[in-house]
Amino acid sequence: MRNPLADKVVDIKPSGIRKFFDIVSEMEDAISLGVGEPDFDTPWHIRAEGINSLEKGKTFYTSNSGLIELRREICNYMKRRQGITYDPAHEVLITVGGSEAIDIGLRAMLNPGDEVLIPQPSYVSYEPCAVLAGGTPVIINLKAENEFRLTAKELEDAITDRTKVLILPFPNNPTGAIMERKDLEAIAEIVIKHDIFVMSDEIYSELTYKEEHVSIASLPGMQERTVVINGFSKAYAMTGWRLGYACGPRVILEQMTKIHQFAIMCAPTTSQYAAVDALRNGDEDIRMMRDSYNQRRRFLMNAFRQMGLECFEPYGAFYVFPCIKEFGMTSDEFATRFLEEEKVAAVPGTAFGDCGEGFLRISYAYSLEKLKIAIGRLEHFVKRLRAEQGR
Amino acid sequence: MREELLTIIEKNSRIDLKELAVILGVEEIDIVNEIAAMEAEGVICGYHTLINWDKTSVDKVTALIEVRVTPQKGQGFDIIAEKIYRYPEVRSVYLISGGYDLMVILEGKTLREVSTFVSEKLSALDTVISTATHFILKKYKDHGTVFKTKSDDEREMITP
Repeated sequence: MRNPLADKVVDIKPSGIRKFFDIVSEMEDAISLGVGEPDFDTPWHIRAEGINSLEKGKTFYTSNSGLIELRREICNYMKRRQGITYDPAHEVLITVGGSEAIDIGLRAMLNPGDEVLIPQPSYVSYEPCAVLAGGTPVIINLKAENEFRLTAKELEDAITDRTKVLILPFPNNPTGAIMERKDLEAIAEIVIKHDIFVMSDEIYSELTYKEEHVSIASLPGMQERTVVINGFSKAYAMTGWRLGYACGPRVILEQMTKIHQFAIMCAPTTSQYAAVDALRNGDEDIRMMRDSYNQRRRFLMNAFRQMGLECFEPYGAFYVFPCIKEFGMTSDEFATRFLEEEKVAAVPGTAFGDCGEGFLRISYAYSLEKLKIAIGRLEHFVKRLRAEQGR
Repeated sequence: MREELLTIIEKNSRIDLKELAVILGVEEIDIVNEIAAMEAEGVICGYHTLINWDKTSVDKVTALIEVRVTPQKGQGFDIIAEKIYRYPEVRSVYLISGGYDLMVILEGKTLREVSTFVSEKLSALDTVISTATHFILKKYKDHGTVFKTKSDDEREMITP
């Protein structure tokens, strides 16, 4: 029989998270610091709106781009939060999670051999999606000493005449890093100078703990060359609803909509109705959740300080990214032993790129009570490792 | 800080002051001072424990009583409200808009005790025009807390 598989797909290496997932699911009493989704339930008024839409029989396809009232609410939201004006008819597309938008955005923009700049550590899907879209991923290794922000120099050094798209994943999963206005202005200058495009994944935009999130698309000259990706999963605790969106220039959005139309048809109708309510009435829920995350973030930073574990202060998302280089182990070894000896699952930094070596992603999408237990175990583990090393 | 502090201790008044300082990102002494100030200003009026008495062997009956009254000249409802709330078995008294005037929440050991209170004490007040007593059959949620054991974390243990 012939090989039924496509080389391009077979060559993609499986997610580094998979191995840990398999070990954890065998363990009965393990606790986890490894999730990438909120611990809150979707606020009730949003769920009620989803239920209400089902009761009213809203169970058909929506238009390919998504419900027009949802696209209008997204435009209102972008205007009120970022000061950017989008046309709901042509510049917004509702997708199945932000993930779909990443995939079809790259497919819409890349020609074979076009280079995609991917700062890492970052979310696991940019690189495979770029490959599947026929592009060539070019990794930019972000540095702890820059608090894992992308600098203009790092960007310019990576640009070649084949560079087409820069992926800008901030606030960042897994590091928790943010890019502030001044950082983005420096990036925008280089982007415009070299005439490249930006895919700005802003799925964690509501979860910042320093200044309000700034979208690079709001900077002068950037809206026309930026596709903003956002969604409902993180801000409104709606991961299972699978709903995201892309906003950007009409020329790109039209092509993305074409792929979406043929591959997906439309995003889930129930989720779209619920999302309309989220945007209209969810600001207070976001504030409440953000306050909780911030309290936990401070708790973790304080705990790391007390146990002498090196960690830059992250101001976004719900992750901290402590450095474990002092123990002379790889991230993978550290995470494996932490899991086996203390029964706590955390994700090795290398799952998000080679430059995550020496770091661990710890999620604080858990109640303070649970974090206290898990961090107690981390402290115990760290002490034991230091004792082993005669320190 | 005040609003965030209140939001936390409204749910958990037993939280450690050191921990409060950490999670709010301030000094412990600031927390101590702020709480003392709010106690003095009457913003914080007490520290209570939320108890699901149904799970104990203690018998308790709670009733919501709608009370219609004739307001007193010059004093409105305050005097009559005070006459009611001074009884220790009265848990809460609210002035209400709508079809009646005062909502009285009463706690007693038995139905009989509650009905005696209504018929002999409450109705006997000369400004009270009428009462309607509703007994609580089951408490599902109180003070923002659902009286049901929480389900486990249903999320996958590790996700990207």
